[in-house]
Amino acid sequence: MSFDIRLPIGLLFLIVGLLLAALGLTGDPARLRTEALGVNIDLIWGAALTVFGLAMLALTQLRRRTPPE
Amino acid sequence: MGLGTIDWAILALYLLFVLGIGWVSARRTKSGTEFFLAGRSIPAWVCGLAFISANLGAQEVIGMGASGAKYGIATAHFYWIGAIPAMVFVGVFMMPFYYGSKARSAPEYLRMRFDEKTRGFNAFTFAVMTVFSSGISMYAMAKLIQTLHVFDQPFQHLGLPQNWIFHAAIAVSALVVLVYIYMGGLRGAIYNEVLQFFLIVAGFAPLVWLGLRQVGGWQGLQATLGPSYTHVWAGMAHPATNRLGVDAFGLVMGLGFVLSFGYWCTDFLIVQRAMAADSMLSARRTPLIAAAIKMFFPFLVILPGLIAFALTSNPMKPPPALHGVAAAHAPAEQGIIPFKLDSATGKPMLDAKGQPVLDYDLATPNLLLRYFPTGMLGLGLTALLASFMSGMAGNVTAFNTVWTYDIYQAYIRRQASDAHYLQVGRLATAGGIALSIAAAYLASRFNNIMDLIQLVFAFVNAPVFATFLLGMFWKRATGHGAFVGLVCGTLAAALHHGLTLPDGSLAGVKGGWIMVQHIYPSEMAQNFWTAIWSWSACFVVTIAVSLATRAPDPARLAGLVYPLTPKVGAEAGRWWFSPLFLGAVVLTGALLLNIIFR
Repeated sequence: MSFDIRLPIGLLFLIVGLLLAALGLTGDPARLRTEALGVNIDLIWGAALTVFGLAMLALTQLRRRTPPE
Repeated sequence: MGLGTIDWAILALYLLFVLGIGWVSARRTKSGTEFFLAGRSIPAWVCGLAFISANLGAQEVIGMGASGAKYGIATAHFYWIGAIPAMVFVGVFMMPFYYGSKARSAPEYLRMRFDEKTRGFNAFTFAVMTVFSSGISMYAMAKLIQTLHVFDQPFQHLGLPQNWIFHAAIAVSALVVLVYIYMGGLRGAIYNEVLQFFLIVAGFAPLVWLGLRQVGGWQGLQATLGPSYTHVWAGMAHPATNRLGVDAFGLVMGLGFVLSFGYWCTDFLIVQRAMAADSMLSARRTPLIAAAIKMFFPFLVILPGLIAFALTSNPMKPPPALHGVAAAHAPAEQGIIPFKLDSATGKPMLDAKGQPVLDYDLATPNLLLRYFPTGMLGLGLTALLASFMSGMAGNVTAFNTVWTYDIYQAYIRRQASDAHYLQVGRLATAGGIALSIAAAYLASRFNNIMDLIQLVFAFVNAPVFATFLLGMFWKRATGHGAFVGLVCGTLAAALHHGLTLPDGSLAGVKGGWIMVQHIYPSEMAQNFWTAIWSWSACFVVTIAVSLATRAPDPARLAGLVYPLTPKVGAEAGRWWFSPLFLGAVVLTGALLLNIIFR
């Protein structure tokens, strides 16, 4: 079976998402521009990317369990 | 303050993953079919996303944002009457011949259907064109990275002059693309394009969201910019009443029919992605899956331009306080979109009315610098880099295939082993990238030469769709007809361009170099009409010459022409996955978008 592109995509988004979210949680608000923007975009988008990454990884597992058509 | 550690980390992670995907793909790339066609083994959804990415170069991301800032949401015509119907057409009607003929490239289809000279003409112009267009976008990208000033600090630290940023940007991106295509061929390119697709979306979607928050949502945009910016069809009855300066007929025929069908249905850079699919059904679904997603891209790539312009023209809403890298380079009194500076004097350029000209190309990138804090900035720059690499990889894989199969194998060495052609393909990858770099430096020296070259390509490209259309659907079309038609179509384009001029331009590279017979209200209108004339000339001449020459042998055309090809049987599987049904859904979606934003 050919290699599943969802694996590297899931991994990359998971790592980047966690990095951004961690930065959003611990970073200096001035550098994150939370006041100017009204939102902590690093935290929000980091969380979103983490969820997307996990979903991609879950899909690769799902395919492995179902026998190929 | 420059890029933070996390910004660098994200950029580095991206490069690592891209090279890793190339390395994994290399393990399965041991034959010509693997290298040039990815073994015809890629699932439809992967091909579909690659289909979008290959076209989503930096020029599209930057250029569509620039057009959004200049012309407003009407730029979405390039999608909603341009790309989408053409993508549905290629999926439903043309893919059976591209994929079914087992041709390895679009020029090779022309040889199977017509003759050697038609293929040769198409292959040579296509090969030269891909090299130059990848060179031009390489130049634009490197220039942009230098203009953004995000890498100023690290270069200062290393004691390198600022203009080395330009060289470094070209060297790094060219090297990375070279490595993953050299190793993994088309498979490496396609898999990376999928990753790049998701990164581009991940980088630009939050920009649109933040931007819309600042301008008060779509209503805020409408209130700030007025109706001419926020409607696609209003005022299209007459060129004087819309921002594009075109009328509805020129728009629908020129852009919607000739230019878009010409690009999306015949450009091998695009079609190659679908030809790598694992089955006929997947190949036909590829453009349809792409179209279903592509129709929402105006919100991702055009909207940032509108937002940037709204924040430029509306001083009532000051941009957020600046702490980031952009602070030093975008004075607060000036909006997001800076004035265009004369490269000789360093002063803002003025238009005919004495108003400073805005540098629209910086609309999207400056919005990114203005709104993304550290961390997100790294993601945004990665998205820009990803879009650039995917566009370049599209050109490079198309070039190495056409060079190897349609030029080298056809004219230089006919009978050689598969291993030999695989080696030639790898070398062509390196050669193509080297030529692109040369073209990029040529562009940085002589901007006018590049304008001229692009113009010539426009002439060569405009009629090609008529050739493919007649080839696929009219069994009487002959090789002589196709060749003479192509040449006449190209000449007609040049002639039309030489006789007309857009309003307010000087005769020369903009047109009117024979004599000025007609003035168009805008450059876009002139482009659309050049395409219409060129296509019509090719269409009529191909038919006339075909009827005057000996009809092709029907036995030879089975599988290449619609009337002589057995119907692609009733598709196995569920009817809601059939290309016809998917196509209808996509077209309905595009129609709805046209109505909503009329």
